[in-house]
Amino acid sequence: MLDALTIAVAAAALALAAWCGYAAYRDQPTKDWHFIGMAVVSLLALAQLVVGIVQLARGERPEQGMTIFIAYLAGAFLAVPAAGFLSLSERTRWGSVTVAAGAVVLAVLEVRLYDIWGS
Amino acid sequence: MTDTDTTQATAGGEKRPFDLGTGPGRVLVWFYGVFTVAAASRSIVQMILDFGRAPLAYVLSAVAALVYGFITYSLVRGGERARRTALVCCAAELVGVLVVGTWTLVEPSAFADATVWSYCGRDYLFIPVILPVTGMMWLRRARTA
Repeated sequence: MLDALTIAVAAAALALAAWCGYAAYRDQPTKDWHFIGMAVVSLLALAQLVVGIVQLARGERPEQGMTIFIAYLAGAFLAVPAAGFLSLSERTRWGSVTVAAGAVVLAVLEVRLYDIWGS
Repeated sequence: MTDTDTTQATAGGEKRPFDLGTGPGRVLVWFYGVFTVAAASRSIVQMILDFGRAPLAYVLSAVAALVYGFITYSLVRGGERARRTALVCCAAELVGVLVVGTWTLVEPSAFADATVWSYCGRDYLFIPVILPVTGMMWLRRARTA
């Protein structure tokens, strides 16, 4: 898969995690700017989902199996929006912690995606 | 201003003492949700693809998924009864992680394929061990809150 995109998603996710972690440290809930950040990260993950599907359609195959690859792609796309949704109704620092945790999960999924696709 | 106000209003939680899925509980809901999806999809995919390869491991993953799913549901639902059942499930989860973790260390040949709980959740950053402990701490505290 596109390694540059995988690295970009992982880096953006870690940045989002740090940002929301800082908000939690300052005892603040997620704000509009954080949600814009989540949208950017989600868009990157969506781009990755599209690229992944296009590559599968072109006949390229991941090393560790197609089902697992698609499952991880879908999980990577859903991770941050799901955490953002949870933080919408949790207007305390713990909402920020949730988004930070969601972004970390996304970064881990990117590492796994990289392994599953192989080189 | 408004942010600090809402923080103080909800952080205490005196009005709804048995709301388990808010505050720190919200983070637990997230992690339990993630692990429900992870364990469930893992076991479903593996069972469909090749159940005969490692039946014990795949059934254990499915059981783990059920336990995680039930705890997630209890946390979201709230209330004293949900708190108690979630507490029991967290204890069962901890026992499961430790038993399966030790089992995989002592006799790796029993498992042809890894589960969520293999090597005490090493493949999952040891979160499967940390999660039930923090879960039980939160559930115990929620009673006195």
